[in-house]
Amino acid sequence: MEVGLFIPCYMDAMEPEVGISTLKLLERFNVKVVYPFDQTCCGQPMTNTGCEKEASATEALFVKNFAKFDYIVMPSGSCTNQVRHNMNAIEQTDEVTHVRTHSYDLVEFLHDILKVEAFPWANFPHKVAIHYNCNALRGLRHASMSERREAFFSKPKNLLEKIKGIEFVELQRPDECCGFGGTFSVFEEGVSAKMGRDKVLDQRNSGAEFVISADSSCLMHQKGCAQRMGIPLRYAHIAQVLNGDIR
Amino acid sequence: MSSREEILNRIRQHQTNISTSLPKVPNFFDKSVDIIDAFKKSLLIMGGTLLLVGDADPLQALKEKIKNANVICSMVPEIKGNRELNEQNLPKELDDIDYAIVRASFGVAETGSICLTEKNLMINTLGYLPQHLIVLLDPAKIVYNLHDAYAQPEWYSVNYASLHSGPSATADIEGVLIRGAQGVRSLSVLLIS
Amino acid sequence: MNHLLQEEEQPRGAKIRGRHPVDQLEAANRFIAATAHEMMHDNRLWDLRKKRDAQMHAIPEWEELRQLASDIKSHTLDHLADYLEEFEHNAKKNGIHVHWAKDAQESNQIIGDILKAHQAKSLIKSKSMLGEECGLRPYLQKEGIAVVETDLGERIQQLDDEDPSHVVVPAVHKTRTDVSKVFVKTLNAQPGNNDVHYLAEWQRETTRPYILSADAGMTGGNFLVAETGAVVVCTNEGNADLSANTPSLHIVTVGIEKIIPKMEHLAVFIRLLSRSALGSPITQYTSYFRGPRRGGEMHVVLVDNGRSTRLGKPNFKPGLKCIRCGACMNTCPVFRRSGGLSYGSVYAGPIGLILSPGYDPHKYRNLPFASTLNGSCANVCPVKINLHEQILAWRGELAKQGELSLSKKVIMKALGKLYANPKAYRQAIQMGDKILQYLPHFVVYNRLNAWGRQRDLPEAPKKTFHSWYKKHYMNGKGDEA
Repeated sequence: MEVGLFIPCYMDAMEPEVGISTLKLLERFNVKVVYPFDQTCCGQPMTNTGCEKEASATEALFVKNFAKFDYIVMPSGSCTNQVRHNMNAIEQTDEVTHVRTHSYDLVEFLHDILKVEAFPWANFPHKVAIHYNCNALRGLRHASMSERREAFFSKPKNLLEKIKGIEFVELQRPDECCGFGGTFSVFEEGVSAKMGRDKVLDQRNSGAEFVISADSSCLMHQKGCAQRMGIPLRYAHIAQVLNGDIR
Repeated sequence: MSSREEILNRIRQHQTNISTSLPKVPNFFDKSVDIIDAFKKSLLIMGGTLLLVGDADPLQALKEKIKNANVICSMVPEIKGNRELNEQNLPKELDDIDYAIVRASFGVAETGSICLTEKNLMINTLGYLPQHLIVLLDPAKIVYNLHDAYAQPEWYSVNYASLHSGPSATADIEGVLIRGAQGVRSLSVLLIS
Repeated sequence: MNHLLQEEEQPRGAKIRGRHPVDQLEAANRFIAATAHEMMHDNRLWDLRKKRDAQMHAIPEWEELRQLASDIKSHTLDHLADYLEEFEHNAKKNGIHVHWAKDAQESNQIIGDILKAHQAKSLIKSKSMLGEECGLRPYLQKEGIAVVETDLGERIQQLDDEDPSHVVVPAVHKTRTDVSKVFVKTLNAQPGNNDVHYLAEWQRETTRPYILSADAGMTGGNFLVAETGAVVVCTNEGNADLSANTPSLHIVTVGIEKIIPKMEHLAVFIRLLSRSALGSPITQYTSYFRGPRRGGEMHVVLVDNGRSTRLGKPNFKPGLKCIRCGACMNTCPVFRRSGGLSYGSVYAGPIGLILSPGYDPHKYRNLPFASTLNGSCANVCPVKINLHEQILAWRGELAKQGELSLSKKVIMKALGKLYANPKAYRQAIQMGDKILQYLPHFVVYNRLNAWGRQRDLPEAPKKTFHSWYKKHYMNGKGDEA
């Protein structure tokens, strides 16, 4: 099995340690991981702004980089959702279809494909609130959503539960959007920041020490809000916890 | 071309005519439910009042409720009011009524609703202009849910009918619940055949 | 009672300047700055969302009902002309006068003419979003007809000369003190008495005389039933029944998309409507008008106003399924923080984002961006409208029509170029914040710097993942490979 690793652009620049945790975690399961050097972005900023034309060359580059792999894995539910559901700016060739249908978020890949049963190297004796990125939650179906009448399930929780010492706390609004929203965070700054502050308050009031998510983008936004508010919550990507890099 | 033709033509040009056939609506009947018990619970949720059927006099509770009222208009033979209605009355003339007493066509357990038609009301505003409304309902005429309710024959014969579920209510100011917004301030139901 | 809340001045909605694009964000920022109002608004609507969830959990067949509702609406839209003709035929048979209006102007004129023909000078009406859409009230008032809204929330908004901020709870953005001030000014209420029971009672007492003396009554319509030619109207106050049944003339104004085929379908929608809207099992009054009352006259005005055009746009057609329950507004995190009036449009929140640009893509070009695309709306929607997908589709449509703001256009063009060129991208990243050099100065300072205003900037790490990988996995080579 050969896996192409996609590291989201903001993660490459701002959170490289999450990428490192992801890579090392995958290698623990005897997966051959390749990081194509010419990768840039999944195209989401342009697509979500309505600029499909501007996204097409980026999408084509993504496909060129990843078409040859059995699986494409990325530590981001949001980017995975973009590739799987919204990569529409380019002609839908067989290659494109292969890339779209074989792209997985790290959580899905561990949970559904590798079916990982244990993370014996990890230890996390903390109270944890899980943050669901909206695309991961409602697009990829990482977990059941509060809007629907459906049985509870949570892939991130299933994985985290296998770690020693971890304790979960519940938010008042468990799957309310935190207001990051990609370009929304800068184009609609006032509303975005307000949503972020509300999310941070909910997290603090839940008694959480750590907020863990499968998406660093939401966490960057929440962390920025928490720091400005002087609230000492800690934020970690699920890869860092599962790989035992943050404990 | 008239607007009617223009609109219909544009729709016909745009509608696809190919979608799924009209779905069949199941009844969702749950036979484990005690219909009368469910009706009572739903009525209370909707803010209605349940009048108990008295042992000696089944109408005792109803009589108690209206004993100090000034203007009582009864459309049921069981109770005599002091305001007679006839079909020539203007709808607005019902404004001074304190208690209107009517019989409902049927009830709905799912929502605690009672169905009042123009035949039950004689003048439609009788369900709204009086301060309070008392409704007699035959417990045998309570259906399980809204699917049953809309399968009743009334809808095909009357010009006006309304499902009342509790009294007039609003929460338009800060979400504070007020009973008696524009219509009746209370709705009491007596289950009696 | 929260004193801060009662002392804070009510934030007002978007500044409307003709057809100039509405600046939703500017109004939203003012709403957020009124911290107590914003918090009340957010909590109140979230409470409705929670009540809706409780109702959902009480109904085992909830998701099946949503699917049925969606399928019934899809089917009906695909055979809309036939069902409208069936409705017209049956309504006429019952003695209802049926009119067809292709747009707002014609609708207003038809209604004005009916009123004139009856020498009607006063009209009581229940809430109708279509009436708001058509600007009916201002039109009638210009024609010399006194119009009184009979829904409490709508009446408050009428007296305050403000649009409804929400399709179901029109004054949800106001505090009791805000309402008290309006009633003192317009209804001669007791100054300083902001008791909610008093205010509601005062409104009842002052509206009742209008109800008793009005020449005509008007309602909207939640559903039209083709099979019986009937109009169904749902209210909690009973004000539609009063408006329709007290005067001898009843006029209904209703959009052509509100039609459903049969009575059995009505059950599906009534089970979903109030549960989705307010979290109550049903509205207090679910009323059925199949013909004029004895001695009365009933008119139904079927209004198109862009609906038949929307029907021909596959991306946006599902918006026509909307039953105006407001659940998408209650759940929308942006709506709850912005207030409905920030949208500067009759329809606000998620449904407003997809309906408004259909009426005027230039004026409402900013609205589809007032969303994080989180998708909560689509999943509470009782008729399963793909709201967040349509919001995204509108962004694409606006870009095609040249309606993107300059900063969005410039940034996305630059990003698209940069991301398509790995070499240039790598250089930009290696130079750290020099990536900003790709963008014109004004864009950087007006938009991208927005991150740091209320949030700390992340500390830029010393190296990228890319360079780490090169060093540890490729012996320092790789980019050239």
